[in-house]
Amino acid sequence: MAKVTVTVNGTSHTSDVEDRTLLVHFLREQLNLTGTHIGCDTSQCGACVVLVDGKSAKSCTTLAARCDGASITTIEGLSTDGTMHPLQEGFWECHGLQCGFCTPGMIMAATDLLAQNPNPTDEEIRHGLEGNLCRCTGYHNIVRSVQYAAAKMRGEAVSSQNA
Amino acid sequence: MTPSAPERMVGQALKRREDPLLITGQGSFLDDIKLTGMAHAAVLRSPYAHARIRSIDTTQARALKGVIGVYVGADMTDVNPLPCAWPAGGVPNNLVTPRALAVDVVRFVGEGVALVVAENRYIARDALDLIDVDYEPLGVVVDPEKATMPGAPLLHESAPKNICVEWAAGDRQGTNAAFNGAQVTVKERIVNQRLMPTPMETRGSVAKYESSTKEFTLWTSSQAPHVMRLLLTAFVFGIPETKLRVIAPNVGGGFGQKIFSYPDMVFCMWAARKLNRPVKYVEDRSENFKSSTHGRDHVTDVEICGTRDGKITGLRVKTYAGMGAYLSTIAPGVATTLYGRIITGVYKIPNVHIDVIATYTNTAMVDAYRGAGRPEASYLIERMMDRWAVELGMDPAEVRRVNFIQPNEFPYSNGLGLLPYDSGNYAPALDKALAAVGYTNMRAEQAALRKQGRYLGIGISSYVEICGVAPTAWVSKEGWAAGLWESSNVRVHLTGQVVVTTGSLPHGQGLETTFAQIAADELGVPYDSVIIEHSDTAGTPFGYGTYGSRSLAVGGTAMFKSVQKIKEKAKRLAAHLLEANPNDLIFADGKISVKGSPDRAKSLGEIAAYASVGANLPAGEEPFLDETTYYDPPNCTFPFGTHICIVEVTPETGQVDLKRYVAVDDVGNIINPLVVHGQLHGGIAQGIAQALYEHAVYDDNGQLLSGTLMDYAIPNAGMLLNFEIGHTVTPSPVNPMGAKGAGEAGTIGSAQCVMNAIIDALSPMGVRHMQMPATAQRVWNVLQAQAK
Repeated sequence: MAKVTVTVNGTSHTSDVEDRTLLVHFLREQLNLTGTHIGCDTSQCGACVVLVDGKSAKSCTTLAARCDGASITTIEGLSTDGTMHPLQEGFWECHGLQCGFCTPGMIMAATDLLAQNPNPTDEEIRHGLEGNLCRCTGYHNIVRSVQYAAAKMRGEAVSSQNA
Repeated sequence: MTPSAPERMVGQALKRREDPLLITGQGSFLDDIKLTGMAHAAVLRSPYAHARIRSIDTTQARALKGVIGVYVGADMTDVNPLPCAWPAGGVPNNLVTPRALAVDVVRFVGEGVALVVAENRYIARDALDLIDVDYEPLGVVVDPEKATMPGAPLLHESAPKNICVEWAAGDRQGTNAAFNGAQVTVKERIVNQRLMPTPMETRGSVAKYESSTKEFTLWTSSQAPHVMRLLLTAFVFGIPETKLRVIAPNVGGGFGQKIFSYPDMVFCMWAARKLNRPVKYVEDRSENFKSSTHGRDHVTDVEICGTRDGKITGLRVKTYAGMGAYLSTIAPGVATTLYGRIITGVYKIPNVHIDVIATYTNTAMVDAYRGAGRPEASYLIERMMDRWAVELGMDPAEVRRVNFIQPNEFPYSNGLGLLPYDSGNYAPALDKALAAVGYTNMRAEQAALRKQGRYLGIGISSYVEICGVAPTAWVSKEGWAAGLWESSNVRVHLTGQVVVTTGSLPHGQGLETTFAQIAADELGVPYDSVIIEHSDTAGTPFGYGTYGSRSLAVGGTAMFKSVQKIKEKAKRLAAHLLEANPNDLIFADGKISVKGSPDRAKSLGEIAAYASVGANLPAGEEPFLDETTYYDPPNCTFPFGTHICIVEVTPETGQVDLKRYVAVDDVGNIINPLVVHGQLHGGIAQGIAQALYEHAVYDDNGQLLSGTLMDYAIPNAGMLLNFEIGHTVTPSPVNPMGAKGAGEAGTIGSAQCVMNAIIDALSPMGVRHMQMPATAQRVWNVLQAQAK
C-alpha cells in the first residue's frame, strides 16, 4: 500500500492505494470519475488519456502511486464554470464524436496538442492524435473539431462550416 | 396571435443532443455502473484452439482471500446453450451454439473454461492464475474451406465435414448454359479476410437478481436489449420474459458485434442468482478480440462471363464462409440471405448462381460486422467488374455503365430470391463521382506519371445494399426465427411535452436527434419538447433493435405512424371542442384549425391538456394522447452510390498512399446531413481499413496472432484522409420519409474501391488481383512474384 496525494481537477485527494493500482482505476473506482475510459489493455487506444501536470498521459499504464504530488486533469475538469472548453465545443459543433467512448481521451490528448502547437495543420493534428483510436468517425470530423477549437483559442471567429 | 410557422427541422445539420453528456465525461457506459454489493467476474479462457478438458482444479483459486466463487461449465448445465436465431432458410442446418462456459471440450482459443467471482477485479484476475486445467490437445482447422476436406479435424459430431449449411440461390442450369456459350469468361479466387469489429468500448454485463421476486436486471452493452431479454429468458434460462429487465446504457460503438447474445450475459445472471449479489464482467480488449464475434471470413471462387462488348451474361459463385467454432446469434443468415441474395450488385445479370458452404473452424464465432454479408457481396462483384474491364480493354466506368440496372426497371428483381430493389438511378451517382474526381484528367495524369515511373491508381466502386432489413414475412422464409418489425409509442403529456419510446436505439448514430427532428416537424412542436426514450425493456414496447441500417427506415416509420395516430386523435378531440366536423379540420404548425377560419383553432398543447384531464371527452374517446405502433414495412430499402479512390503506390516499397476519396451516396432523403456524413465517414474508414490494414490472423494451431491492438491495425488518424462526400437523392417509396439508411453504406462501398485503385495502379506490371489487406509487405511480395 502507498499513501498518495493528488490534485484532481483542482481538488486534493489523499488515499491509500495498492502499489499496483493503475491511475485509471484509481480515478474511476476511488474518485468515481468515470469519464476516463478503458478501451484496450496494451496502451494503444488512448481512451484513458488524462493530463498529468499538464502533459497527456495514458492513465491505463500509469501507476497511481507514481502520481503522488501530481496535478491531474480529467475530462470532468476541463470545462470551467459551466462553460465548455473550446475543444468540447468544437467536438459538438463539428460532430467530432458518435458513440462518445473515445471522446474524453481524444479531447484530453488534443488539449495537450494545442498547448504545444496552437496553429496546427490538418496533418499535424492527425499525427498528434495517432495515440488515440476512434472507430466511429474516420477522424474527418475530429480533425475539423480540433481546428475549430484551435481557431477559437487563438481568438478567431469560428463556425462549424469553416473549421 | 399568429406565431410564425416553426422552422422545419428535417434536413437541418443540427448538432446532436446526445453530445453534451458525452463530451463532458458524464456518459454512463457499462463499466461505469456501480451497484451496492457488486462483485467482479473474470474468466479463464482456453489457450488451446481444440482440446479435451481432462480436469479442472479450482481449489487454490477458491482459497484466495476475496474470492467469492469459482465455477466451471459443468456447474452451469442447468441453463441451456445460447440460441441461434437465424438458421439459413430452406435448407437443413447443423446448429451448434455455445454454452456459458465450455463443457468437456474447448473449440477455440479464448473459449471460457472457468469463472471467478471476487470482491474486486484485481483479485478476480489473480485467482485465474491459480486454476489448473489439464488439457488434451486435439487437431485444429482454421480455414473455412480446408475444414471440409478429408482428414480435417471434426469440431462437432453433429456436423459432418464441419459443414453447418449448404445453401444455394439463383438458376444453376441456366447459369451453366450461359457460361458454356460465353464469348469471354473471367475467374478469380477472392478472399474476404476475417476482421474484428473493434468497438472502442468492449462488451460486458452487469447482472442483478432479486431473490424475493426472482427477477433479474441485466445491464449490457447491446444493440438489441429486447431481443436479449427474449433469448436469455425463453431459450437460455427457461423463465418468463417478465422476469428479466434488460438495459443498454450508453453503448460505445457496436458495428454488429453487440447485436448478439453472449456467454457473459448468461454467467453474470447465473452467478448473480447463485450468490444473490450483483455481478459485473467487462471484457478487456484481448478478450474482446479472442471471444467476441468477428466478421467476414469468406473464401470464394467467382466467375463472370459475357460478350465482347462488355455485357455480362452470367455470374457463378462458390463461397466457403467461416462460422467459427459455434454459431453466433444470426451467423448463418448473414452468410446466406444478406450475402448471396445481393451478389449481382447494381448490375442486370440474367444468369446467376451461388453456392454457400458455411463451416465450423477452431476460431472465434463470426457474425454480422458493419454491412454483414453485403460488403462481401459488393467486394466480389466490384472486384470482378474491374477484372472484366481489364480483360476486355474497356474503361471500368463504362463497363459499369453498360451493365447498370436502368431507372425504368425499378422495382427490380435480381432473380436471387431477394425482394425487389425499391428505387434507384445508378448512372447519375457514377457521373457525379467521375466529375468530382475529374476522371478524364485523372486518367491523363495517370498516363503521364507512369512515364516517370510513378504509379497512380484510380478505383471505382458502384454499390447497392439492403437496408431497413425487414418484412417479417420475407425474413421468416429466409430462416429468421422471429419478427423484424419495429415498435414505437408516442405520448403527448399534459404540459405538451412529447415522449417517444422506440425499439431502436443509438450507439453513435444520433437517433435521439434525428427522431426528434422528424417528430417535431410532424407535430409542429418545438424540437426541444420532443424526448426520445430507448434502450430499456421496462416500460417500452418490444423492439428488435438497431442493426442492418434499419433504425430510421423501420423504427423511424413506426414513430411516424404513431405520430399520425396522435394527430388523428387530436383532430377528433379538437372537432369536439370547436364544434366542427373532423373532416373540416387541418393539422398544421402544431395547431388544429377549421379550414377557412384560422381563428377557430386549438394548439396541440391545449388538446394534450384537455385529453390528459379528460373531463369532457366526446363519446367513445379515451383520455390522453398516447399511441403505439408495431410497424412491419413492405420491403427493405436499397441505398446505392459510387465511390472513387485515388492512390499512389511506390513499387520499391509496396507502400500505398491514399490521395483522394470521393463518395457519392444515395441514401434517399436525408434527415440530418451532419449525422449522415458522420455515418458515411465512419463506414468508409472501416472499408478502407479492411483494404489496407486489418486482418484477424489465426495460425495453423488456431492461435490468434492479431490478438491485441498492437497487432490488429484499426487505423489511427494518420492512416486515413479527409473524405469528399456528395449525394444524389432518390427517395425510397417504402417509407413516408423517403429515407433509405446510411449506417452501413460507407463500408459496403469502400473496400473494393481502394483495392481497385491499387490494382489499377499496378496493372502495368500485370497485376490483376491481390488479396486484402494490401499492406506494403503484401504489395511488395505481389510485385516480386510478378517480376519473376
